[in-house]
Amino acid sequence: MSARIGVVTFPGSLDDADAARAIRIAGATPVALWHGDADLHGVDAVVLPGGFSYGDYLRCGAIAKFAPVMSLIIEKAQSGLPVLGICNGFQILCESHLLPGALTRNDHQHFICQDQKLRIESTETLWTSDFALGQEIVIPLKNGEGGYVASEATLDELFAENRVIATYQGGNPNGSYRDIAGISNKAGNVVGLMPHPEHAVEALTGPTTDGIPFFASVVKSLVGAS
Amino acid sequence: MARVVVNVALKPEILDPQGRAVQGALGRLGLGGVTDVRQGKQFIIDLDGDLEGDRAALMEKLAEELLSNPVIEDFTLTVEN
Amino acid sequence: MIDSVEAAKTNPLSEQPWAELGLKQDEYESIKKILDRRPTSSELAMYSVMWSEHCSYKSSKVHLRQFGDKAPSTEALLVGIGENAGVVDIGDGWAVTFKVESHNHPSYVEPYQGAATGVGGIVRDIISMGARPLAVMDPLRFGAADAPDTRRVLPGVVAGIGGYGNCLGLPNIGGELVFDESYAGNPLVNALCVGSMKHADIHLASAKGVGNLVVLYGARTGGDGIGGVSVLASETFDADGPAKRPSVQVGDPFMEKLLIEATLEVLHAGLVEGIQDLGGAGISCATSELASNGEGGMHVYLDRVLLRDASLSPEEILMSESQERMCAVVTPEKIDAFMQLCKKWDVEAVVIGEVTDTGRLVIEWHGETIVDVPPRSVAHDGPVYERPFHRPSWQDALQADAPTPERLARPESPEALKQTLLDLISSPNLASKSWVTSQFDRYVLGNTILSQPENAGMIRVDEESGLGVAISTDCNARFAKLDPYAGAQLALAESYRNISVAGAKPLAVTNCLNFGSPEDPEVMWQFAQATTGLADACLELGIPVTGGNVSFYNQTGDTAIHPTPVVGVLGVIDDVDRRTPMAWEDDGELIYVLGNTADEFAGGEWAHLQGHLGGLPPKVDLPMERLLSEIMVAASRDGMITAAHDVSDGGVGVAITEMALRANIGARFWIPDNIDPFVFLFSESTARAIAVIPRTEELRFTEMCAARGMSATRFGVVDSGLGADSGHPDEQVIVFDSLFTLTVDQLREANEATLPALFGG
Repeated sequence: MSARIGVVTFPGSLDDADAARAIRIAGATPVALWHGDADLHGVDAVVLPGGFSYGDYLRCGAIAKFAPVMSLIIEKAQSGLPVLGICNGFQILCESHLLPGALTRNDHQHFICQDQKLRIESTETLWTSDFALGQEIVIPLKNGEGGYVASEATLDELFAENRVIATYQGGNPNGSYRDIAGISNKAGNVVGLMPHPEHAVEALTGPTTDGIPFFASVVKSLVGAS
Repeated sequence: MARVVVNVALKPEILDPQGRAVQGALGRLGLGGVTDVRQGKQFIIDLDGDLEGDRAALMEKLAEELLSNPVIEDFTLTVEN
Repeated sequence: MIDSVEAAKTNPLSEQPWAELGLKQDEYESIKKILDRRPTSSELAMYSVMWSEHCSYKSSKVHLRQFGDKAPSTEALLVGIGENAGVVDIGDGWAVTFKVESHNHPSYVEPYQGAATGVGGIVRDIISMGARPLAVMDPLRFGAADAPDTRRVLPGVVAGIGGYGNCLGLPNIGGELVFDESYAGNPLVNALCVGSMKHADIHLASAKGVGNLVVLYGARTGGDGIGGVSVLASETFDADGPAKRPSVQVGDPFMEKLLIEATLEVLHAGLVEGIQDLGGAGISCATSELASNGEGGMHVYLDRVLLRDASLSPEEILMSESQERMCAVVTPEKIDAFMQLCKKWDVEAVVIGEVTDTGRLVIEWHGETIVDVPPRSVAHDGPVYERPFHRPSWQDALQADAPTPERLARPESPEALKQTLLDLISSPNLASKSWVTSQFDRYVLGNTILSQPENAGMIRVDEESGLGVAISTDCNARFAKLDPYAGAQLALAESYRNISVAGAKPLAVTNCLNFGSPEDPEVMWQFAQATTGLADACLELGIPVTGGNVSFYNQTGDTAIHPTPVVGVLGVIDDVDRRTPMAWEDDGELIYVLGNTADEFAGGEWAHLQGHLGGLPPKVDLPMERLLSEIMVAASRDGMITAAHDVSDGGVGVAITEMALRANIGARFWIPDNIDPFVFLFSESTARAIAVIPRTEELRFTEMCAARGMSATRFGVVDSGLGADSGHPDEQVIVFDSLFTLTVDQLREANEATLPALFGG
């Protein structure tokens, strides 16, 4: 019985199919979750995929946080459900206050799509345990609003508590404070990541297959737990 | 009939690249001495009846939680009748 | 006072603004003859948009007929010219549809929205065939790179394409970026989309079944782009710039994304009898085309249309080009299910009419009949012009002015040759386009196999079998200016070659024909020549034109743009795993040039850099292109080849530089015997490709070439260790024996600095 990982589709979600593929490649079963249904269908973990949910109207992720499925996800996340928010998903997690800080317009004002070098800064979370600490990976980055910002106090706290899970290497592509590419909550079950691991799971279509361990991590932790 | 106008802008300590870009453009087009430009949003909300009591409190709350993101934005709310 | 059919009968002599709406006197008389009375103002509005050049193809029809008349017979063509887009069988029950369209004039007026709505429009064409869109590409042409107007238009266009396409979730897999003074004031923004479906899912734009309901769904109708089609696309600009500023269409990609999902669901649920997207000429076009193609009659209640702006008159509603709208024909039994699916995606839908068998398109507005026309007269039987054309008086002199060594001094010394290579790869046309392409998402959907800067864009269609398609668009308009017949054939040849080099077998052709004013007999001659050249070449290569687009009136005052017949070729590959990328991989791999290099510089990039345009373009050799294609596809399929690149702009020198930059690995080269170095490095002779062959495959490969009569000359070898001996330890270098050495970093710097320097970081 393989782990079941839900992928939420909001109006405007774009990378949901890619997240499902990544989950399959990592050995788990993807389960489609509809934004309008407050029902998680008993999944063991949830992915909030990339895209332009609700057209990025008002603010990225601002409207998605009020979707019926989100109130359930917020509740379960607070009790330990593993949740990975990728790009727009990261924006939704911040708007929902499951993660601190916010994502703003790229400092250079352009949408940027490039193969991005990252360093894994923490392997203590459910989504990064399958990496080696300090491992350098390359996965695609593609966003217009990817600049992570937070107060100095919050940033200090994130680093002090080992909650920065990945940093940009080889140059900061969007103005994120302290080169932060991804963070986790205190418990380590909720992770927000700006770059896209789901686009680095096949040698044929991605720059590398460095994205797989994000999904494999949670699969291993779920299988281990059951 | 009430009209609520909510103005939202990035907090001063947050980088506002769009405001900066506008500042540059103003200068290039001949307007000297521009010391700062912040770019924000304005919501114009028309309501039946008056805005008072609980309703006013709710409007204020929504301005803070929906119309703005308090992590990075400040807002002002004015009521016109 | 509504101008109804009744009113038209009782006030036969009302003055009507047919000229302001872009109609000519004889066209107006024609309409009166068809209706046997004067048209109502609504009918006048419909005819004016539908009979505009952009919608009716009145100046081009007689020439475009050749694509049908000379179409090579092929079993692969499932839907030919005439529908929204052509459909081609690619095997295994899969079909693909693809098309390229222009949005030139709107992009000059409002670059962001013009380009954005161009993407929106072509994507809707694809979904209205029943296909899921897979990818987009954009052939873009601007004036000189350092012109102020280019700096105004280009960034907006790129941002618009990205802003719309990225939000739809469609990977941008390629395109072109060309700078030429000829496009100053008339940028060309062409947009291509490719989609796939299973054979059973193909849908056509016809309204069949008397009593079936006509549903308008998507965005509400507003005042966008009223008259955009007839006024913008069918008239030229005057030299003072974008003086005409009618409302341009504004796009909402989020609405289009919802529209795509809702449309695909209703199609797959079998709820739709016919479907049409609303593009140029909006409701006028959708209703008249659906009615023409079906039972021949339709009754529409225009006041049911959901409006963004309640003050719109019926004429304006009929002419509105509000984006993100589609029209479907649905049986009464299925309408509830259709509405439910629209609601699921938050897409508004309203029944605006029904199919009839009266042979008339009748439109009512609050109980009064305001339109009563034969639909074919609006949509298909519009005016057909046989515009006069003649060869320009300056053509002979232009062709006689060849870039001979006497006419144009050529670099000879090794230092001069080295500098020429650097000048070419840093020139705006050949410089790295990543400043543009990095603003586009190429990863979404996870099926992008090849994208810019590779030879072609390649998409995996079937994840299980690896079946895929490849597309390229090309056109050297300078070749077409020298000789439009040959120029169109050369555009096809280059696109055909690019597909083949990537390992895909060419199957079908689309085109976007961008020309000046058809009222200019010299431009019309160029058009006639180009269409004939393209039709003849398609026949010879055995691949049909499946559809395309014509954009006329690309000129400012009397100066037309270079004739620019952009040709797109689509090919199929059985297993994308076998595709041939452009980067070599390992030391010892052998680098070959296939084909024959002659002294041919007219219309090429080196001549462009010298400010020269004259002579005859490189010789077209279609049999050799076909042979090259077969060899490259076979080599790919049989695993004989590591990498390949077509030779075109800037010749062999530029091709190998692009490969070295992609690989980031050095190589050693030598000039083959009996050929002048300058000619070998920079001539633009056709039917050539660079092939990189592993040592273990060399014999097999060369024997295959010899057996088929393809000349294959070894002139290089991959070598990552050349740095030390050439004074650049720890660096990758390109060494040209007895000529020059350049580090890959130097080449990269020259190649990548140009566009960011011009258009900002």
